[in-house]
Amino acid sequence: MKLAVWTYEGPPHVGAMRVATGMRDLHMVLHAPQGDTYADLLFTMIERRDHRPPVSYTTFQARDLGADTAGLFMTAARDAHARFAPQALLVAASCTAELIQDDPGGLAETMGLPVPVIPLELPSYQRKENFGADEAFLQLCRALARPMERTERVTCNIIGPTALGFRHRDDLAEITGLLSEMGVEVNVAAPMGATPADIARMGQAHFNVLLYPETAESAARWLEKEHGQPFTRIIPIGANATRAFIEEVRALSGSTLPVDESRLRLPWWAASVDSTYLTGKRVFLFGDGTHVMAAAKVARDEMGFEVCGMGCYNREQARPMRALAKEFGLTALITDDYLDVEAAIEEAAPEMILGTQMERHIGKRLGIPCAVISAPVHVQDFPARYSPQMGFEGANVLFDTWVHPLVMGLEEHLLVMFREDFEFHDAAGPSHHGAKAQPLPTGATAAHAAADEGGSMPPPAAPPSPDSIVWLGCAERELKKIPFFVRGKARRNTEKFAGEKGLREITVDTLYEAKAHYAR
Amino acid sequence: MSIQPTSGCTDTPVLRERGQREVFCGLTGIIWLHRKMQDAFFLVVGSRTCAHLLQSAAGVMIFAEPRFGTAILEEKDLAGMADANAELDREVARLLERRPDIRQLFLVGSCPSEVIKLDLSRAAERLSEIHAPRVRVLNYSGSGIETTFTEGEDACLASMVPALPGTEARELLMVGALPDVVEDQALALLEQIGVGPVRCLPAKRAELDAAIGPNTRYALTQPFLGDTHAALQRRGAQRIAAPFPFGAEGTTLWLKAVAAEFGIGPDKVDAVVAAPRARAEKAIAAAAATLQGKRVFFMPDSQLEIPLARFLTRECGMQAVEISTPFLHAELHRPELELIARGPTISEGQDVDLQLDRVRATRPDLTICGLGLANPLEAEGLATKWAIELVFTPVHFYEQAGDLAALFARPLRRREILRSSHPNRMEAAE
Repeated sequence: MKLAVWTYEGPPHVGAMRVATGMRDLHMVLHAPQGDTYADLLFTMIERRDHRPPVSYTTFQARDLGADTAGLFMTAARDAHARFAPQALLVAASCTAELIQDDPGGLAETMGLPVPVIPLELPSYQRKENFGADEAFLQLCRALARPMERTERVTCNIIGPTALGFRHRDDLAEITGLLSEMGVEVNVAAPMGATPADIARMGQAHFNVLLYPETAESAARWLEKEHGQPFTRIIPIGANATRAFIEEVRALSGSTLPVDESRLRLPWWAASVDSTYLTGKRVFLFGDGTHVMAAAKVARDEMGFEVCGMGCYNREQARPMRALAKEFGLTALITDDYLDVEAAIEEAAPEMILGTQMERHIGKRLGIPCAVISAPVHVQDFPARYSPQMGFEGANVLFDTWVHPLVMGLEEHLLVMFREDFEFHDAAGPSHHGAKAQPLPTGATAAHAAADEGGSMPPPAAPPSPDSIVWLGCAERELKKIPFFVRGKARRNTEKFAGEKGLREITVDTLYEAKAHYAR
Repeated sequence: MSIQPTSGCTDTPVLRERGQREVFCGLTGIIWLHRKMQDAFFLVVGSRTCAHLLQSAAGVMIFAEPRFGTAILEEKDLAGMADANAELDREVARLLERRPDIRQLFLVGSCPSEVIKLDLSRAAERLSEIHAPRVRVLNYSGSGIETTFTEGEDACLASMVPALPGTEARELLMVGALPDVVEDQALALLEQIGVGPVRCLPAKRAELDAAIGPNTRYALTQPFLGDTHAALQRRGAQRIAAPFPFGAEGTTLWLKAVAAEFGIGPDKVDAVVAAPRARAEKAIAAAAATLQGKRVFFMPDSQLEIPLARFLTRECGMQAVEISTPFLHAELHRPELELIARGPTISEGQDVDLQLDRVRATRPDLTICGLGLANPLEAEGLATKWAIELVFTPVHFYEQAGDLAALFARPLRRREILRSSHPNRMEAAE
């Protein structure tokens, strides 16, 4: 038993629903009690889908348990087939139905439905949402994909995008465009937009482009083994990774067509002088393994940030994540407990978080700006505008999205110049954000109030240093004059410096000696 | 407004359906109950699905120290029962250590805990002994196999009744979790009318708990409290039958019924409520201009459907096509059904696909439904109102009556404003 307050992933049947809902002409019958239909609103509300997910719930109740829940399942499956006339039927059990062991797959098999019936084993008490999506897509491929002649022209399948994915809609469009520019046609994109008949002809493609290992790596490996289709390993997030991906596709396809980079703005936006202020900003990354690993490289190599922590919530990606973190001189945080993530972020005291909606809330509590780079998703993660993460336009989007939560470049310089100006002070917050500027309070409590409201790290009640180093009043006041976005770092460096020197009190001089010591 | 001396819809045969239900389970009530009871923690003993439901139903993640959580059952808990109990004790001890402000702990049963027959009432007794007197541990089921949406609140309040102290005092107990602002308004009205002392169930904090006994008279503010009603009767308390306090009319009838029980005549009530009632009627009239003559279809969701249909048909001029409720408690709903003019289909339970066929066939002007159905129906050109908002928003008594009407009017007004650009403008014009 494990106490969870918030979860990064839903149960595995929600993952299977993401696959089914992304597809067309496929229906899923889920053996489940009343209440599990809550999952529909994830799709209709968060993603604003204009159709119900193609899922029928058997809706058994307590009084059915001693009686005929298997009969309920068969009725639901028969009705679903009659009403929706799908090309194929997925059948699965949610966590409660798993316990009553009705074997939906076996039951459906005896019914003689005239379409392929694909049973899913989704161990709800061991696995989670991403597993459910990956497994559902694998089983669809195993059941439906037939050996076929390769297409005459070089084609590929794009695999991984699902319903309720983080920017899957736009990534798919961006990568489809990029491949088309390279003369590589997309045979099938799946699960998103595909029908069971499309899955059947996936074997025609020469190779597979795997966009999201979370949802389609098992299928990619199976297709490689059974259908001899190699798949791409590079996730095209960021300018560098997109270029590497292009090379990988060239190697697989033999394409020699040039790719137009004139739309790519991230490199120049990052190199232009306004971006100088981004140099060495300490960022903490957390999310699904794929997005975090890609974003870490972009953060370091393309934005000039310093990555001070990284991790993922999906254990399936723990191994590559640990390896990459090691390369960054860090230890990866692998956990699905958001309290652990919050503690790690508090400890690392970054100047920015690149995370999920959960980290956005952690950032709000700790006063650290946050940009979202990964699922779990929120209605905000489905913008009306085109906003991919992948490819060249994706790189542009990353630049804008990651810079947005921060104080703007020149504005940051001005804040340093004017410091305690009564109007132009850091407690007023970034000028392009909506919140009303707070007037700077005066008097002895001013510094404290500014720290509380200005989004700096909250002054710790007990200093984190083990030897309880004391900040003298004058040093504390001086610290508050330092702009909030570097104040956390200044506090930590000064305490570390004092600890190393064996000092028990921090004076104004200690503060500036530490500053000189750590100057870069 | 006068009461017609008819039997209204009480004799209308009820269409009973079963099939797929597009509703929340009773765990959802935790979202509002934990805000109401400020020293209570709700610990669901369930699966990852339960945790995911709570997170999704909350819509936004309420990160301000949520006082609810899920003890997620894992493979090893399913293997042996002794193990699961020990694990639960450990998690509770850890939780109470981290949250010394907690005075009431609810162990909330879920579908998986019910199916594996994890005995949470024994666990609650055991944990009460361990953590008394600081913390009172109670249990109820919010599982989807036993409860629908608001029945979770009913189960929670019913679980509290046996633990309340006894009394011989003649007091009014107002039953149902209301937002504080609404509760305060109701208490102020009752005080001016001269009814008192008044207690509330649930109380904001454990030490404010009501005492109950044979002289307790209670009035329900929510229509879904059937089990709580039964539990109170077992303690000898007596219910004051009345329509529910929605709209100007419902509020007035509710207050008059309560006043009459305490020997206060309707004239006194009329005198006290004249001003707020006039305000409510004025506010309702503003929204009713939009709602007048429009046809409304209620899908089953919160059990508020019947009282709200009464409000919309009698005070806002709407016509009800179908009024559907997850469970029709004949005794509690009788005063409401008496007031609703014959005509609409009254249905209980749901087979969602069949019901959607009826929605499409009748094409109502407004469909009240859950969040899973709202956007798909809007995309078919049918205006909707999310039912969940009716539970989460302050809608009871006079000062909220206008807001309640406005909740229904807003989707229609919005459709009208967007008429020229709405993706369904062609269909809507048909």
